Amino acid sequence: MEGSLAHIGAGLAAIGSGAAAIGVGNVAGNFLAGALRNPSAAAGQTATLFIGIAFAEALGIFSFLVALLLMFAV
Amino acid sequence: MATEATDATGGGLVFHPMDQFIIKPMFGDGDIGLFTITNSAFWMILAIIVIVALMVVGTRSRAIVPTRSQSVAELAYGFVYKMIEDVTGKDAVVYFPYIMTLFMFIVTANFLGLIPTSFTTTSHFAVTIILALVVFLTVTILGFVKNGAGFLGLFWVSSAPLPLRPVLAIIELISYFVRPVSHSIRLAGNVMAGHAVIKVFAGFAAIWTIMPVSVLAIAAMYGLEILVAFIQAYVFTILTCVYLKDALHPHH
Repeated sequence: MEGSLAHIGAGLAAIGSGAAAIGVGNVAGNFLAGALRNPSAAAGQTATLFIGIAFAEALGIFSFLVALLLMFAV
Repeated sequence: MATEATDATGGGLVFHPMDQFIIKPMFGDGDIGLFTITNSAFWMILAIIVIVALMVVGTRSRAIVPTRSQSVAELAYGFVYKMIEDVTGKDAVVYFPYIMTLFMFIVTANFLGLIPTSFTTTSHFAVTIILALVVFLTVTILGFVKNGAGFLGLFWVSSAPLPLRPVLAIIELISYFVRPVSHSIRLAGNVMAGHAVIKVFAGFAAIWTIMPVSVLAIAAMYGLEILVAFIQAYVFTILTCVYLKDALHPHH
């Protein structure tokens, strides 16, 4: 299997997905912790939950994009 | 997709997982001109036909006891309507047609893309960046039309200490202009990544020893992708609502 420095860089960029996973887990976990303390207020906050997850996830997708660019565009 | 040959002897992918995203003419071969029906254009047109069939033809009878298609259409209508009311406020209901169109197009394109051997239009940045740029331009122009120069108050965080405000203004300005990029890449990246992962597992199905694991993984990923197809359309729409709220009420 042949590779290049760009492939190593793409692999390193994939670490960013793990970082995004920490972020998304943090958002969802804290939401659940809060929702179990006050279940009556939880239903109104699902939109905020998804917005928070989306913002955390976007940065992971950026690292995925860097990986793709290194794989196919460099 | 045409190169999907089985390789029972094992070892490596026999097709490339990104092959499914190649744009080619739908009917016949030849060059792609300005008016060629490519597979991307074909599935976009199909998405519009499906939406019209659901929302116009499905609700034509206006029955009190709805048929199946009418209740799906009513469900989608009520879902988006409530989202705008909750996130943007009651005064933003006049923008409902635009947001409804956006939601229906993305969710239909995502679900049509999940049909095996079909083409996912929303997996291309070229499609989603146009959707996001139109949202960005609409929101910016609307903000200036509704509030005049007061729209710039969005960047001037009046609750922060005075020396900090210019720094925050620069950060807010940058984050404002990154919006269309992150807005579009989130949708395209999620959809594309999911489809590529399914294809990678499909490649492993050619190796006999790990075939059962691979088939199970494809089924699991497909279930996840059905969830992602809906959630990403929801997220795109709700972020549009959030940006719209910023344009209508720009005060921090």
